[in-house]
Amino acid sequence: MTTTRRPFLRSLCALAAGLAASATLGLASAHADVLANVHKNGTLRVAVPQDFPPFGSVGTDLKPRGYDIDMANLIGKELGVKVELIPVTSTNRVPFLTTGKADLVISSLGKNAEREAVIDFSTAYAPFFNGVFGPTDVKLAQAGELAGKTVGVTRGAVEDLELTKIAPASTTIKRFEDNNATISAYLTGQVQFIATGNVVAAAVNDMTKLRRLDAKFLIKNSPCYVGIAKGETALTAKVNEIIAKAKQDGSLDAIAQRWLNAPLPKDL
Amino acid sequence: MAYQFDFAPVLQHSDLLLTGAAFTLALTAVGAVLGIGLGIVGALCRAWKISPFDRLFGLYVEVIRNTPFLVQLFFIFFGLPSLGVKMTEWHAAVLAMVINLGAYSTEIIRAGIQATPRGQIEAASSLALTRLQTFRHVVLRPALTRVWPALVSQVIIVMLGSSVCSQIAAEELTFAANFIQSRNFRAFETYFVTTAMYFVMALLIRQLLMRLGQRFIVGRPR
Repeated sequence: MTTTRRPFLRSLCALAAGLAASATLGLASAHADVLANVHKNGTLRVAVPQDFPPFGSVGTDLKPRGYDIDMANLIGKELGVKVELIPVTSTNRVPFLTTGKADLVISSLGKNAEREAVIDFSTAYAPFFNGVFGPTDVKLAQAGELAGKTVGVTRGAVEDLELTKIAPASTTIKRFEDNNATISAYLTGQVQFIATGNVVAAAVNDMTKLRRLDAKFLIKNSPCYVGIAKGETALTAKVNEIIAKAKQDGSLDAIAQRWLNAPLPKDL
Repeated sequence: MAYQFDFAPVLQHSDLLLTGAAFTLALTAVGAVLGIGLGIVGALCRAWKISPFDRLFGLYVEVIRNTPFLVQLFFIFFGLPSLGVKMTEWHAAVLAMVINLGAYSTEIIRAGIQATPRGQIEAASSLALTRLQTFRHVVLRPALTRVWPALVSQVIIVMLGSSVCSQIAAEELTFAANFIQSRNFRAFETYFVTTAMYFVMALLIRQLLMRLGQRFIVGRPR
């Protein structure tokens, strides 16, 4: 049943996306300058996650906290306005922007062609990648050097599929049932390296000092961008300027250190 | 329209399935031999009350029979490295199988030994059999003859239970099935083939062990 229903669902989704896109274009031309409105109202409305640590979660004081919240506050401070945080989920974060309910989406948003058709993106503000992680004192710069080594990975995850393609034949890839088993295998020394997401590695480093996870090389890169309504060039330029300045003066690096436990990658 | 069955993507990986089945069979073979060996020692200690080993085996049997196999396996693979005991997934899987089967077979064989009437052992000594001869012909052989079907069933249970070794990345049959399923998402076909393979393997092992038992333990009718 499901196999036949899917194409229909997909075309329905495409139709909905198309409608949303055309509606956005209409909206964007209708009320012109979000940046001017933000200055006029004195508040910046930012859509942030609250279910995705370390980017956004609810702290013990019941206030949102995380990389994305710090980023929102940084932009608000630079603009000289108050920040109003709007909690969103990963499915409704783009609609919040296209319907004008938020001025910016800072919600660990990755870039892809479908999204680019509907909204604009700033420059990247946070690293988000899958890679191979391992002990600090072991050198490993690329997939080719995995020859003869043992890497743990969660079976069927993106890392598994990609690593299977790029690792040399003599690499032992141990596939575990879930993330916990993969991490335990590394922490107990059953594998030399693991392939996982940088966010997972940061969370593990935060929770235990048993064996540190250091990024060795990248498997798949998908950094986070600030989402901005289509055609808001003035706002996009301003946000890009703020991100560039924050990268320069080290304030973005401080946020990365605080939430990801690792410095900002040079190529970001 | 109904689900379209397609076994081709699964059979494409038949080499993986066969390697996995071989791993499972090897694991079962080593586990069964060492496990039953451990069981015989344990059963003797318990049946003849050889102190302090009878108490130790009693504790061992209770601990292993009252905890899940998966937890025992995790303890060996993920727990022991904290004490500096590190082993590969193959060694961890074999060790877990031996320990698990050892506990169950201790109790099964003990039942067989205790069913041997005391008078037979007295008869053996009055016939001037040595201790070893008595043990071999009067104690062990009749005991194993009595409990052999139960022991064979236990070996098959452990063989089927070895599927959880996939959790520590031991590449046995279930691991192969999970791996294939994670690549082609043909869950029904993959697990259908795997189930059939386990079924055939279990039948073959039962046949083989029953024949071996008849030949070497029960003995030919004289």
